[in-house]
Amino acid sequence: MKGVYLTVVLAPLIGSIIAGLFGRKIGKTGAHGVTIAGVALSFLMSLVAFKHIVIDGAPTFNESVYTWLISDGIRLEIGFLIDRLTALMMVVVTFVSLMVHIYTIGYMKDDPGYQRFFSYISLFTFSMLMLVMANNFLQLFFGWEAVGLVSYLLIGFWYQRESAIYANLKAFLVNRVGDFGFLLGIAAILMYFNSLDYADVFAAAPLLSDVTIQVFPGVEWSLLTVICILLFIGAMGKSAQMPLHVWLPDSMEGPTPISALIHAATMVTAGIFMVARMSPLYELSETALSVVLVIGALTAFLMGLLGIVQNDIKRMVAYSTLSQLGYMTVALGVSAYSAAIFHLMTHAFFKALMFLAAGSVIIAMHHDQDIRNMGGLKKYMPITYWTFLIGALALIGFPGTAGFFSKDAIIEAVHASDLPGSGFAYLAVLLGVFVTALYTFRAFFLVFHGKERMDEHTRTHLRESPLVVTVPLILLAIPSVLVGMVAIGPLLFGEFFADSIYVAAAHDVLARIGEDFTGALGFLFHGMLGMPVLLALAGVATAWYIYLQRPELAGLIKARFELLYRILDRKYGFDDFNEAFFAAGSRGLGRLFWRTGDETVIDGVAVNGTAKGIGWIAARIRQAQTGLLYHYAFAMIIGLLILISFYVLL
Amino acid sequence: MLSGFPLLSTVIWLPIAGGIAALVTARSGDDRLVRWVALVVSTLTFLVSIPLFTAFDTTTHHMQFVERAAWIPTFNIHYHLGVDGISMPLILLTTFTTVLVVIAAWEVIQYKVAQYMAAFLIMEGLMNGVFAALDGILFYVFWEAMLIPMFLIIGIWGGPRRVYAAFKFFLYTFLGSVLLLVALIYLFFQAESFAILDFHSVKIGLAAQILIFIAFLVAFAVKIPMWPVHTWLPDAHVEAPTGGSVILAAIMLKMGAYGFVRFMLPITPDASAELNGLIISLSLIAVVYIALVALVQEDMKKLIAYSSISHMGFVTLGFFTVFAIVANTGDTHGAAMGVEGALVQMISHGLISGAMFLCVGVMYDRMHSRRISDYGGVVNSMPVFASFMVLFALANTGLPGTSGFVGEFLVIMSAFKANFWYAFFAALTLILGAAYTLWMIKRVVFGKPGNEKVAQLSDLNPRETVVLGSLAFLVLLVGVWPDPLLDVMHATVDHLLQQATTSKL
Repeated sequence: MKGVYLTVVLAPLIGSIIAGLFGRKIGKTGAHGVTIAGVALSFLMSLVAFKHIVIDGAPTFNESVYTWLISDGIRLEIGFLIDRLTALMMVVVTFVSLMVHIYTIGYMKDDPGYQRFFSYISLFTFSMLMLVMANNFLQLFFGWEAVGLVSYLLIGFWYQRESAIYANLKAFLVNRVGDFGFLLGIAAILMYFNSLDYADVFAAAPLLSDVTIQVFPGVEWSLLTVICILLFIGAMGKSAQMPLHVWLPDSMEGPTPISALIHAATMVTAGIFMVARMSPLYELSETALSVVLVIGALTAFLMGLLGIVQNDIKRMVAYSTLSQLGYMTVALGVSAYSAAIFHLMTHAFFKALMFLAAGSVIIAMHHDQDIRNMGGLKKYMPITYWTFLIGALALIGFPGTAGFFSKDAIIEAVHASDLPGSGFAYLAVLLGVFVTALYTFRAFFLVFHGKERMDEHTRTHLRESPLVVTVPLILLAIPSVLVGMVAIGPLLFGEFFADSIYVAAAHDVLARIGEDFTGALGFLFHGMLGMPVLLALAGVATAWYIYLQRPELAGLIKARFELLYRILDRKYGFDDFNEAFFAAGSRGLGRLFWRTGDETVIDGVAVNGTAKGIGWIAARIRQAQTGLLYHYAFAMIIGLLILISFYVLL
Repeated sequence: MLSGFPLLSTVIWLPIAGGIAALVTARSGDDRLVRWVALVVSTLTFLVSIPLFTAFDTTTHHMQFVERAAWIPTFNIHYHLGVDGISMPLILLTTFTTVLVVIAAWEVIQYKVAQYMAAFLIMEGLMNGVFAALDGILFYVFWEAMLIPMFLIIGIWGGPRRVYAAFKFFLYTFLGSVLLLVALIYLFFQAESFAILDFHSVKIGLAAQILIFIAFLVAFAVKIPMWPVHTWLPDAHVEAPTGGSVILAAIMLKMGAYGFVRFMLPITPDASAELNGLIISLSLIAVVYIALVALVQEDMKKLIAYSSISHMGFVTLGFFTVFAIVANTGDTHGAAMGVEGALVQMISHGLISGAMFLCVGVMYDRMHSRRISDYGGVVNSMPVFASFMVLFALANTGLPGTSGFVGEFLVIMSAFKANFWYAFFAALTLILGAAYTLWMIKRVVFGKPGNEKVAQLSDLNPRETVVLGSLAFLVLLVGVWPDPLLDVMHATVDHLLQQATTSKL
């Protein structure tokens, strides 16, 4: 099977290298041909792996490929760990990636950077696969940074746009803040476990649950809490949890296929995946779990609110991604790891679908993304309309869609948890459901229904997108509806994850819910009467009333709650604070060190000062060299007198 | 087959002879001939140095390829050469970089070509001499002689303030060297020999050790350079021609760090243990303070110069964490990682900073400006160049998969064992390094063409592509598979740690 796994990662890499280095020679067709072939092969091999591990029940594969280096007797390797969790991630990643590759043919058709784009997204697929297939922390970090790199390159893909190259720098730096914590976490693991191998670390973790370390003198902290929180800081960067979420909305400067693949379906879920993978560590620290829970809950609710005031269709979807990532994080916090992965999977499908559908709208609108200029698009682009609607319904958790099952499971899990902070989190995720429905359907109604607000030229050119665009939409719409019903049983309450995820008995909320679980249909009927569904419907109704029935209401509400609107419009001030404090602060400090420290003190006083001082002394001493004999004789006599009196007095 | 052949003497004297030959051919006024002589000689030297790696015995810490002959018998001074796992990679770095520098200067240097090429060839030989010398006096001679060609390179082919920079460079480094000589002479009286390996085994009291340590520190810290004796470097880089900057950054800065491991750790272990807090503090100041200074630079070369100082902070940090680790955990476990990380960082920084200076050189040759604000949107007219520059910039930020990651990673891992906060401040480079490097990239490479001149730039010619391409290959190779490079170091580093933790009192 090693050959299969190597093919999974290497096929996209080779495609990427060919398209990147020889893009000009092989042309556009060659570039998308070779990369799509690579990713398609990778997808097929992932299916083979999935069948092998999940259906045939083969044991976990854990082998190294080569030794990266040995230092201090510690072997750092590149290798694969393929268990059920990995197999699921591989299928999701390669499937969404394949859809995005195909879609890109249509979306980037006239772009001069066509080949470069295909090279990047295949490189991304490679990096993401390396990340999920890693069997050690080093390779995890490799993949972690590599997806960040490709994200950087792709956000700044249109490098002539000032806003794009600002956004990609910001994304890289904010992610680096997360990686900073992540790397320290890895260092702590290496110090105490003497290995970076998952298997070694997980095996030894229970033995170290009582170890404490002193980060600040005199304060003892549990080692595992420190490690888990440091690792989670990395997850906060990559999975855009508050306060490290600021880069994700700006990342929408990248082309839409990227927003779908990287900034919705796969890369941003790396943090979620990582925490689930580390479940044997997190289960040993309730403090860390509480931190995860509260951060997730804050993100889920507060970022959802921001979705309401967005007028850019992609930014609206981006804020919904932030909010949904918050839901996944909440699930991690209450130890419902499989629910988090379940939501990760359904979200990958329906959010990629929404982004690609939004992209289809953007193509039709000649790259205008402002929903205030849209309206009534339903009749021009029916396929886009229906697929977007399916995505939106899945997003708000409409009964029967994939999103319903995964989100409801999370809410139930939070409800069943008794971890500190779970009460607050329950409230947040519940209110979040209403907010999600409100902003999603606000955008939906403004884009597809109501008055046609675009200019005449755009209106006459409106038409449905070509097949390469609509086919991926349809293919993504299918799992967005069905996957929840099919997967909920085995994933959440069955043996799907077996031993790839570990949950301590005391935290096992899913087992508690599972006692009542009788099957997907039972879950569906039970949930239909539940609070979340009612809240979601209320959200849709509110959006319908405000934005379709009484459009003037929106303005009135805005005027009435001026302050609240301003806060939301300024995005709670995170960007302003970061710009004023961190960015300007570092520049100011740098200038101080440079001008005052280096130039004035070190160079001015110490270096040139020494030179000047020597010059000055020399100039004074030179005065003594008068050339007059009696001056010298006088000096000699004075000298002698001093010497003699010195001896005499002693 | 190779056992009898004096490889080390060849890599020292072949380029020096070639340099003299270049000076002789200068009379003919045929610049073409001179360039080819320089290329052939530097390439030959590089080829000769390859067996040092391939025939290297990785299982021993003993000196290899040893050559020894009496030089001044009265004072027991020998012409004594040899390499171990620390110095051998540095010689390869030197011979490789010199080839690139010769190619990079091909049609760029038009003024006094023969003298220019001669200076670089002679310097190559002298630098190899520094790394290969096993006799204190021989080391000192190479060490001092090396200053002269660099002084000339900055002073003759440099920018408008070249005289100020050349003198600053010379006086700064010379001042340190004087103390080095004093320390060497003191050690001679103790060991009754100038052999560096004899210095390693001589017993010295703590007070004397501390004085020797300080003498060494002054000499080597200036070269690295460490904060606060670093201010000569930005000036020297800004004024030096591209080739000078490359050699300065890639090789010369490594000399100071090399001195740390060849002299300070093994000769004054007790003083090193006593004063390791000082070195670690200075290293962390370099990492953080200098990175902030780099952030606000307006001149690309200055920015990269400051970035170099910041990266060299990792080298000194890696060397000295050993003592903090022993103090914290009671044994040296984890220390080898720091030292090896520092050694890899030296090699990697040689490749990356050399590449960055070459990139600036490529732009300078076309625009005659190093100011960031004179650029913008270079990618529009030079896409191939932009790909290289972005790659090297990312390597400079320590991206995994490039050589820049390996050293920083190992040093941070090791620093954590010594103290959480050492690792904390060192790891800040993840953020700060990315900030200053990629902010420069944003302003120089990306965006709309900044002005008419930028819009009409021509992309890399084949000569430039070869130079940057070969560096890119190595940067990626070391990043993806560093094991062969570390493999040559293990035995030497283990021995070094043993020396560093054995008291000499």
